[in-house]
Amino acid sequence: MSEIVLETRHVTRDYHVSGGLFRKEKIIRAVKDANFKLEKGKTLAIVGESGSGKSTLARILTLIDPATSGELLIEGQPVDISKGLSKEMRRKVQIIFQNPYGSLNPRQKIGDVLAEPLLINTSMPAAERREKAMQMLLKVGLGPEHFNRYPHMFSGGQRQRIAIARALMLNPKLLVLDEPVSALDLSVQAQILNLLADLQDEFGLTYVFISHDLSVVRYIADEVMVMYLGEVVEYGTRDAVFDNPQHSYTKTLFAATPKSDVESIRARLARKRAAA
Amino acid sequence: MALLEIENLSVGFDTSAGLFMAVQGIDMSVDSREVLAIVGESGSGKSVAMLAVMGLLPNTATVTADRMTFEGRDLLNMSGSDRRKIIGKDIAMIFQEPVASLNPCFTVGFQITETLRQHTNLGKKQRRERAIELLHLVGINDAAERLGAYPHQMSGGQCQRVMIAIAIACNPKLLIADEPTTALDVTIQKQILDLLIKLQERHGMGLIMITHDMGVVAETADRVVVQYKGRKMEEADVLTLFENPKSAYTRALLSALPENATGDRLPTVSDFHMEGSA
Repeated sequence: MSEIVLETRHVTRDYHVSGGLFRKEKIIRAVKDANFKLEKGKTLAIVGESGSGKSTLARILTLIDPATSGELLIEGQPVDISKGLSKEMRRKVQIIFQNPYGSLNPRQKIGDVLAEPLLINTSMPAAERREKAMQMLLKVGLGPEHFNRYPHMFSGGQRQRIAIARALMLNPKLLVLDEPVSALDLSVQAQILNLLADLQDEFGLTYVFISHDLSVVRYIADEVMVMYLGEVVEYGTRDAVFDNPQHSYTKTLFAATPKSDVESIRARLARKRAAA
Repeated sequence: MALLEIENLSVGFDTSAGLFMAVQGIDMSVDSREVLAIVGESGSGKSVAMLAVMGLLPNTATVTADRMTFEGRDLLNMSGSDRRKIIGKDIAMIFQEPVASLNPCFTVGFQITETLRQHTNLGKKQRRERAIELLHLVGINDAAERLGAYPHQMSGGQCQRVMIAIAIACNPKLLIADEPTTALDVTIQKQILDLLIKLQERHGMGLIMITHDMGVVAETADRVVVQYKGRKMEEADVLTLFENPKSAYTRALLSALPENATGDRLPTVSDFHMEGSA
């Protein structure tokens, strides 16, 4: 019944590595045959180690890079960015990057950072742009006094709030979050995750959440997709993947995640005592 | 006698807005064969305290302590040349960002043998052999060839292994690991943590793990110090800390773990601030 916001069919992406004078050109298949559907208001988590192709997939979903083959559908409409893209379509998808220190222009005031998407994509007058930016600033939990400050005056968590606010300025349908909390402290991470949950409820946003932290994924995701060496090795609802992982890589991943419950600490200490 | 003993350590920085106290009156001690974890969020002074032990803080810092000793030797009033005999040999540190802490202009092999040249009287050939042995020890394959590699030719996990190899080159008695796995994937994190613990057990080192990740603490530590805004909030053995945390801040930190979430919202540490002021 619910509408499908995002769908991919056999999406594949190749990178060409030029071989120089004597070596042959190499083709690296970064994403192999990715298929999924995502309903409005849901969160899909993409999990995998570095080099597994999850960020490449994110770039395809956010319409930054084209897929080499396969189809990408946003709200049921096929999108092919190599044939150009309407502003309307561009507004529907936004991305939040991993590093909040690198993704903001250090010479741009926060108010201008937030108003810029409106300047580029709409014909809104300046006063209205400023007002919208101010509203969004308050929405993500910052104050009006932050409007004229520069990025270096903010902490990591605050910058990630700014990045989220900027992404929401154009009322997107789909938000791609590329490791949004992995650079943040535990306590700040909790604040940002809460904020994301609130915004999802309020605006009916659909999230594609890329992460390698399984405890965060378990907390936020509705569906989980595990990628390994460019291939989707596991895809299902959160409970299905967490309770009954099928692929050996998923099992390795679960085994590698630090366990912080009292039982496993006790078991570890007992092992240590036995070894000593 | 404890390996490292610190009593009432304070570190202040001269800033344009006056003296800023990064660490205020911290006590701690580490025994050999012990893993101590120091937990706290950024700005809690956990790295600064350890840099003070290493004597690596800039001139703008004022370090005071009632007592700061390593094997009974006073670290506070030690001369530079005496200190350099200990630092890098008996006390070694693994820094946070491996890719940034290695020198991009020199090969990995050069950077490992440099430590050996400073602190041992091994010959050139022996140093090279020891470097290969160290790379094997930290789990880098084809070690002999990797000696000639530059840091940019290696992945983050491999650079971290090289950092560990440099740190353990002279079999230190105390190893300080500052967020050794923060920038790494979970699977690599597991490998690095296992490696550190294995080395710690084999050589009977004292190990100080600085981290903000409660999962890492649970997996490695014997004893835990929780630090917040430059002060020690709690010290306990690892089981007691997770089972029965005493300070409100530790409880807030533990409940912010996503796996401990109850209901739709994660409790945050700012809820703790409100509790504290109310």
